[in-house]
Amino acid sequence: MVAIIDYDAGNVRSLQFALERLGVASVLTSDPEVIQAAEKVIFPGQGAAASAMKKLKQTGLDQLIPQLKQPVLGICLGMQLLCDTTEEGEVNGLGIIPGKVVRFSNKVKVPQMGWNTISNFQSPLFKQIKEDDFMYLVHSFYVPLCDATIAQSDYDGTYSVALQKDNFYGVQFHPEKSSKAGSQLLQNFLAL
Amino acid sequence: MLTKRIIPCLDIKDGRTVKGVNFVNLRDAGDPVELAAQYAFENADELVFLDISATEQQRKTLAELVLKVAAAIDIPFTVGGGIRAVEDVSILLKNGADKVSINSAAVKRPALIDEVANHFGSQCLVVAIDAKQIDGQWKVHLVGGKVPTEIDLFDWAKEVEERGAGEILLTSMDHDGTKNGFANEALARLSTAVNIPIIASGGAGNTQHFIDTFTHGKADAALAASVFHFGEISVPDLKQQLKQQQIAVRI
Repeated sequence: MVAIIDYDAGNVRSLQFALERLGVASVLTSDPEVIQAAEKVIFPGQGAAASAMKKLKQTGLDQLIPQLKQPVLGICLGMQLLCDTTEEGEVNGLGIIPGKVVRFSNKVKVPQMGWNTISNFQSPLFKQIKEDDFMYLVHSFYVPLCDATIAQSDYDGTYSVALQKDNFYGVQFHPEKSSKAGSQLLQNFLAL
Repeated sequence: MLTKRIIPCLDIKDGRTVKGVNFVNLRDAGDPVELAAQYAFENADELVFLDISATEQQRKTLAELVLKVAAAIDIPFTVGGGIRAVEDVSILLKNGADKVSINSAAVKRPALIDEVANHFGSQCLVVAIDAKQIDGQWKVHLVGGKVPTEIDLFDWAKEVEERGAGEILLTSMDHDGTKNGFANEALARLSTAVNIPIIASGGAGNTQHFIDTFTHGKADAALAASVFHFGEISVPDLKQQLKQQQIAVRI
């Protein structure tokens, strides 16, 4: 069973539908016992980092998530909150993956919105996905290339489009909105 | 590299597509879900659903439709039409819409932009602007372009960016329906005036028009309706031709 962490941070309906299309049952929950018992955990997120962290703290999920032992997939803001700190509202993240989330410069349009190529895969998360395949992204902040980078993209320079540390994975793009390649990535995560 | 987006737009009334659709593969040309799935299959990058329903009952039908679309497709889609409050946005996003588009309601009450952006984030907020040239000046229009205002297009664009819009959808009423090409001069000026993505709308008639709006018009995305619905331009053919012109597209 897949648990999708419910902390009222964005639209998760499409994620549930994407899992349904793969024939996988998921539950949207903030119950620590259900989350801990799940085989896989998905940590979604949209909107502002500061208010999302506040909600995690209110529910104690900020303490629970770093202790999880099963594969965890952070999506978009969910990925960014796995990191140490973020420039967005100058808040601390969950500190699971070392690194700082920074803002794109004004040399490019912000947010980056649309389909970009991803490459330089370093993880089975990208099994059967072609180098330079496209994923759908919407974000104003990004994680620079670092030790935890397992895939990169290019917008205002190259940056981390996916991260991993131990059982924690994060993707900046929206696999649930990225057509076949995105569906493949979700399938790969479920197979970990 | 970030690619230029091709966005078919579907006009919806009471849960059905309004304008005629002439798609050979569809069993039911009025079914927006089937049409959406077809466009997703053809590698359209996003879809926009514009609801022109007048009654509350029809709006409930829209929310149900959004849920069906979200279940059927795996590309992003935007829903617009009649959104006046945070609650209107909430139900559409909860049902699976990725973005909402607000237009006249934002002109009448600009704080709506701040409210939606603060509540749900800029990433889900498209501000649609209908504009038309009056005595050489681009002026914002309301009610589908019928009612002129004194507001300058570029001033308004800067204001919506500052208030938290994630993207601007510019429809030129001078070009819409003409099939003579997009308003590239205004679009290019808009692209330098603001630093958020711009969707070009109004005037698509042939492939060259898309090439022009991505090059001269500096548009980040281009939206069209009838040329796609009537099969005058197919999304896969269009993308092949854009690629031949060295314009980055997702194929």
